[in-house]
Amino acid sequence: MNNSEWPLWEVFIRSKQGLDHKHVGSLHAADAAMAVQNARDVYTRRLEGVSIWVVESKHIHASNPDEAAEFFDPAADKVYRHPTFYDVPDSIKHM
Amino acid sequence: METPTLAPTPEEQFQARIDADVRIEPKDWMPDAYRKTLIRQISQHAHSELVGMLPEGNWITRAPSLRRKSILLAKVQDEAGHGLYLYSAAETLGTTRDQMLADLHSGKAKYSSIFNYPTLSWADMGCVGWLVDGAAILNQVPLCRTSYGPYARAMVRVCKEESFHQRQGFEVMQTLCEGSAVQKEMAQESLNRWWWPTLMMFGPADDASPNTEQSMKWRIKRFTNDELRQKFVDMMVPQAEFLGLTVPDEKLKWNEARQAYDFGEVNWDEFWSVVKGNGMCNHERLQARVQAHEEGAWVREAALAHAEKRQAREAVAVAA
Repeated sequence: MNNSEWPLWEVFIRSKQGLDHKHVGSLHAADAAMAVQNARDVYTRRLEGVSIWVVESKHIHASNPDEAAEFFDPAADKVYRHPTFYDVPDSIKHM
Repeated sequence: METPTLAPTPEEQFQARIDADVRIEPKDWMPDAYRKTLIRQISQHAHSELVGMLPEGNWITRAPSLRRKSILLAKVQDEAGHGLYLYSAAETLGTTRDQMLADLHSGKAKYSSIFNYPTLSWADMGCVGWLVDGAAILNQVPLCRTSYGPYARAMVRVCKEESFHQRQGFEVMQTLCEGSAVQKEMAQESLNRWWWPTLMMFGPADDASPNTEQSMKWRIKRFTNDELRQKFVDMMVPQAEFLGLTVPDEKLKWNEARQAYDFGEVNWDEFWSVVKGNGMCNHERLQARVQAHEEGAWVREAALAHAEKRQAREAVAVAA
């Protein structure tokens, strides 16, 4: 058996104009054009999208889940970044 | 001597996340057995979708109308899509598409035994949609909440599409049941053949299903085989009655105390025999898959060669 598996691509779909592209899954394709076409057939058979992005999976770099706690820690103790941290008198409107 | 409090092991931390209903994602730590169980279950599920195209593909050219033909084509295309969602989910666990297909083709990996039964009449397209997809939906809906994220997300997509499959099957049955006496007879004959194999789709009885307990603990499975089988019978009997069809089970009886149907024993000898490869169509199904794969090999190779050639040309163009 030859080693000729098509590369893996991650598929992102914009479900409608004005929304972000969102990751929906992955597929195999020989090149980008085929990946877009396959993505249409696999992920938008019922008008789920108006635009497709494909990215070869090997190009995706991710944060390490084992270090997630430390990695996201800096945001954990900064409650003052949220509007609910501040007491606004009841009589103040439009804030 | 007092036992010192030990830090939780990775296994304990993992189980704590599962118990808190936190989804597990591809790069998270997981026990090897969890990974193996999932690869086995997801790839088996993907294989079932793929092989499941064959019994229905059998009727595409003989569908009784253009409407039925278009619907059947769309349904078979969906099955291919479902297989692809699931293979992708399994690949996130570290296996490859080639490996999974090799395991299917060598007979090492299993697929749902239901597809080893032949589709002999047009009514079988009704029963496959109504009964088989009905059973699949019962199995699949709880899987939308399974603990492994990519599997759960694939199942959400599958379930959204599956409901059309069941309805079109019911419509085929209803049309036959409202048709001539011969047509209704065809529907009944089909139900007679598919009822018991469909009940087998939920897998062995709980006391003969050694993997269930661990799978429930890991929240891969949310209901036992017998629970789902009972649900299915309770759901389908009124639908069969609506169609004016008789469920082929003499022991089938409403149990007022249990608020559920009592029903006869599945023929487990037949079940295991089909699982072991001795069903009516095991050989034919596998042969069709292998043949399709082998005959498509040149297309896969040519596409790759074409992509490489274009890439090389582009590189030259950029360099110039």
